[in-house]
Amino acid sequence: MGIDLEPVAVLSGVSKGYRLDAVDVPVLRGIELLVRPAQFTVLLGPSGSGKTTLLNLVGCIDRPDQGQVMVAGRDVGPMSDDELADFRARNIGFIFQNFNLLPVLSAYENVEYPMLVAGLSAKSRDNRVGKLLKAVGLEDRARNLPGQLSGGQRQRVAIARALALRPKLVIADEPTANLDSRTGAEILSLMRHMQRRYGISFLFSSHDRAVIGAADDTIMLMDGEIRGIRRRAAQTLVPEAVEAVEAVEDHQ
Amino acid sequence: MIDFSLAVRNLLRNRRRSFATFIALVIGSSSILLFGGYRKNIEYTMQTAYVRGGGHLQIQHRDLFLYGSGNAVKYSIGGYEDLIAAIAADAVLGPMVSVVSPTLQFGGVASNASANVSLTVVGLGIVAADRNRMRAWNEFNLPEDSPYFALEGAAADAAVVGHGVARVLMLCDALGVTDCPKPVDEQPNTGEDLPADIALLAGRDAPEAKGGASGRPRVELLASSIGGAPNVVSLEIVHAERQGFKELDELYLMLQFAQAQRLVYGRATPKATAIMVQLKHNAQLEPARDRLKTLLAQHAPGQSLNVLDFRELNPFFVQTVQMFDAIFGFIFVLIASIVLFTVGNTMSTAVMERTVEIGTLRAMGLRQRGVQRLFITEGMLLGIAGAVSGALTALVVSIVVNRLGLTWLPPGSGHELPLLMRVWGETNTIVGTTLGLIVIGAFSAWWPARRASRLVIVDALRHV
Repeated sequence: MGIDLEPVAVLSGVSKGYRLDAVDVPVLRGIELLVRPAQFTVLLGPSGSGKTTLLNLVGCIDRPDQGQVMVAGRDVGPMSDDELADFRARNIGFIFQNFNLLPVLSAYENVEYPMLVAGLSAKSRDNRVGKLLKAVGLEDRARNLPGQLSGGQRQRVAIARALALRPKLVIADEPTANLDSRTGAEILSLMRHMQRRYGISFLFSSHDRAVIGAADDTIMLMDGEIRGIRRRAAQTLVPEAVEAVEAVEDHQ
Repeated sequence: MIDFSLAVRNLLRNRRRSFATFIALVIGSSSILLFGGYRKNIEYTMQTAYVRGGGHLQIQHRDLFLYGSGNAVKYSIGGYEDLIAAIAADAVLGPMVSVVSPTLQFGGVASNASANVSLTVVGLGIVAADRNRMRAWNEFNLPEDSPYFALEGAAADAAVVGHGVARVLMLCDALGVTDCPKPVDEQPNTGEDLPADIALLAGRDAPEAKGGASGRPRVELLASSIGGAPNVVSLEIVHAERQGFKELDELYLMLQFAQAQRLVYGRATPKATAIMVQLKHNAQLEPARDRLKTLLAQHAPGQSLNVLDFRELNPFFVQTVQMFDAIFGFIFVLIASIVLFTVGNTMSTAVMERTVEIGTLRAMGLRQRGVQRLFITEGMLLGIAGAVSGALTALVVSIVVNRLGLTWLPPGSGHELPLLMRVWGETNTIVGTTLGLIVIGAFSAWWPARRASRLVIVDALRHV
């Protein structure tokens, strides 16, 4: 699989706030961000720093008050709700802190579900689900319901589900927060492994500094603003990608 | 398919709640169908009684129905025998017809001179053998037979009266009519206070009609003959038949058709006031009516004759059916409303409980319509399961009730009839009710489903 050189997400002048009672509470202010392709990017910051809101905007499940969000080369602002849903189905996978598996579906069916929504053939679905479950080490648990799986196993299913349609970007909001440290480390390792194996960009949030070591890029967020970006593995990118990244960062 | 599978599993997820909703649907569906079955039985029973008594269609003078009670003879049909023969011989109508029979209706005064009582009656001359043949009509397979008509084989001057006529004319004892209380001043004196010879004389003067050679009571029937002069016949009352309404019960007097003609027409050419046409099947009514009109135009061009069906002749039947239809509609709306709110409440709770799930599905790319479809499928499934089970329950209950042999006295009936619930075979009612409840189930889920589909994804994912 070739590496896509285009930034997977670009946020320009993005602001977002919420209305709490009669008061407007700003959450993100003037965000300028580029998420590099095929990288493992972590959003680091304390609670309330705006990590989840930023992930929601990049994940196209929320819209900014101001600014532009481009994902996979497309400006998602003008898209209708249905267009956005289709766009998410094709381009974005989600891993949630609480796993958010459908409790009435087995591990196999949970991974299969996005493929059903996308209209993949039964043969293609079966082939992909088998490979993904094997990749996350759950091929022998395929028929188990989420309630019959441990937290770590559930998160593995969620990872497989997020990768079901080979998205360009996987958004993971605190994916290890509900796991013990050992399982959390395993999940992190698995995510890293899958990211490398499939060449997909991972953008995940955490306030655990231990995950920084696993990330290619680390974005520090504080009080709704980006306070710093560390791009550890930029030299591994092809020159065109580096140029694209630098152009955006110059702008920032 | 995944929607169906998800819907089934989600319904089974909260079994108690789904079961409670399911039971509400079953009770609702079966109640509608059982009442519908009861309503149908009343309609069929009444229709059968009217068709057995007066046929599907009657040929009458155009004005007899509205003005005939004043002077029925004025609006009678001449050459009725030729008309009957033409109907029976007609290649189109003949095969449809079960019985064609003339009747003669007139007003008169019946009196029991020995009791010094008289009563205004409506006399109806009928061909007794035809009347008994008409009793055999049973398109709806009712388990009961109407009572055998006692005039067949009886004397030419025989007559049958209503219980009310028998009571007023003091014929109860002679006709063996029970439940016929006597007026206070006619209570038998025990004679304890009287000398024996006086008590014997008092017994001889008891107000009962004098019996004929057969021992049966006789009454005199006075009617206006064709020329306007009064005419009287003496009738032997062979039987008393209870009629459904007191008013009719105190007017009803049936006599042999020929005897009625002799009374009304004397030596003039006899006529009939109506020709009853009983068809083999209800479905033949309209084609038969059309054909009858053609025949009337051919065979009785100079007479203003009309063809009326049993509904037009019996407004009470139509009113009763309409009343039961209205009650059925009211019950359906009532139960549909309960189903609407029960399923709606169940689905609303499901939406609230599964808010995070909805957010997850939407995040994964399921469109708003997809979320709506999920919940509407659940509502529809509940509707299908409840309505179909309700229909099956109604069938079983109706079979049990029908086998219990319960009876009741319906309005307008002179005798008790089996209490039946006709569910089996009423395809339109079953299909209509089942489909209706399925649609209501789906519609109940529509509003919660719409709400679910419009949830803001990030809010739904944050929901606790």
